[in-house]
Amino acid sequence: MTTSAALLPAALGPRQFLNWLGVAPFFLFATLFLILPTLNIVIGAFRNPQGQVTLDNLGKLLSPSIRSAFWISIELSLLTAALGCLFGFFIAAAITLGDLPRWLRNGILTFSGVASNFAGVPLAFAFIATLGRLGFVTMLLRNWFGINLYGSGFSIVSFLGLVLTYLYFQIPLMVLIITPALEGLRREWREAAESLGASGAQYWRMVALPVLWPSLLGTLALLFANAFGAVATAIALTGSSLSIAPIVLFAQIRGDVLNDPHLGYAIAFGMILLTAIANAIYIFLRMRAERWVK
Amino acid sequence: MTGKRLWSWFAVALGGLYFLLPLAGMVDFSMRMKRGEYSFEAYRIVLADPQFQQTLGYSVLLALLTIVLGILLVVPTAYFVRLRLPGLRPIIEFITLLPLVIPPIVIVFGYIRIYNTSSVLPLTGTWWGTNLLLLFGYATLALPYMYRSVDTGLRTIDIASLTEAAQSLGAGWARILAVVILPNVFVSVLSGAFLTLAIVIGEYVFAALLNVNSFGPYMVWMGGNRAYEPSALAVVAFAITWACMGLIQIVTRFSRFSTVRR
Repeated sequence: MTTSAALLPAALGPRQFLNWLGVAPFFLFATLFLILPTLNIVIGAFRNPQGQVTLDNLGKLLSPSIRSAFWISIELSLLTAALGCLFGFFIAAAITLGDLPRWLRNGILTFSGVASNFAGVPLAFAFIATLGRLGFVTMLLRNWFGINLYGSGFSIVSFLGLVLTYLYFQIPLMVLIITPALEGLRREWREAAESLGASGAQYWRMVALPVLWPSLLGTLALLFANAFGAVATAIALTGSSLSIAPIVLFAQIRGDVLNDPHLGYAIAFGMILLTAIANAIYIFLRMRAERWVK
Repeated sequence: MTGKRLWSWFAVALGGLYFLLPLAGMVDFSMRMKRGEYSFEAYRIVLADPQFQQTLGYSVLLALLTIVLGILLVVPTAYFVRLRLPGLRPIIEFITLLPLVIPPIVIVFGYIRIYNTSSVLPLTGTWWGTNLLLLFGYATLALPYMYRSVDTGLRTIDIASLTEAAQSLGAGWARILAVVILPNVFVSVLSGAFLTLAIVIGEYVFAALLNVNSFGPYMVWMGGNRAYEPSALAVVAFAITWACMGLIQIVTRFSRFSTVRR
């Protein structure tokens, strides 16, 4: 059966009609509750309240407050994605290549599965209880080491606090995604490099990293999108005191701020655009990476 | 070799410190409600709170309904695509990936615009409609996980032979799906289901923006109004996540013995 035949229900017999009936509920559901709502937002971003086509809404994204909200969001997502990749890579390298006991490796992978899903409100509470004004680590540092964390200007309700909190789900996600890629590095490659006289550093720089490069960059893009869409963690941690793009959109939808739905459309469109670009990069690089890692 | 091992232990120890400290802090804080001693006072107050029981019960029920809806949507689709409509596969895979690409807050914003009280289908106007919309929203969020786990399950069984065998015995399509296919992929369906459970129970954005008082908004309200109870709630939520992931592990281990190796 060719693809074009499968896509033409009209010219088919009752049997094919039944097949299409089997997938119809899925398409109906996806259209109503995924595609139409998103299209509505995208189209709304290019329309004014009178229904005419306009670029004014997108222009409003350039106003100083919205622009800075997007900028903080991008910085936050990029920084946590980069740090998440870096630390996640070290942990994944330690458990795949570092001769650690098997139980530790399995334990870390299971924990990564839990921690990458432990985002949102409870995660924010855990960090407030740990690094808040009266938190566990704050008190520990003060009572045992005489370090006054909050006296030095640190606050959990800040950019740095959000970075520390986001890393709690970013690092495990990196570990989960990059571990299979590291396991795909064949022993023969290393042996071949060594037999040609390469040092450990040369092997990494000239063999392993070029092979891993698409996986690493792709995961970076995925982690970026992951952080960019996270709202609940930020709201539970900071209330709405830190102005990042999803929090601004949340406030817009609630009608707390200027009640301009079309500005809301534009912010939402901006968010879709950024996460879509990040995911497209991820998918593209992943396909390239799969050439090497089977 | 020993140097490499040392470095690995160092990396894991440092990671362990970062990942265990917030858990320790959360547990420690949740038990400090009574001055000068460790107690389970915060847990006692939380567990006795009728709001807690009501919102958690609601969220668990909604999660279970989400799983049922997800199975009803995904199993027939994945089955027909594998068996009869392979040309549709890229399209379906693309659609099921979309909820990971489009931020959830954007999807719920779209719901509010399309299904508000002045629209053709005013779902947000009634109690039933709002709850239904929330259910559909969660089923949408669950699509990537449900589809992938069901599709993986279908790959391990020979659905063409199973279907022919069932048909030769006179079974109709609904019967084949319910009695032959679903039991065979049930184990992989379960792992998608537990992941859905973990995601839905503490979800905040959808519920808050649709004005539904589920467990997520309840936790945020607690966070704004109480000192020690939020940590107790976080411990409960962490335990639920841990239980869901543990069940996935058990179920997948179980599946290795139940499916035929080919």
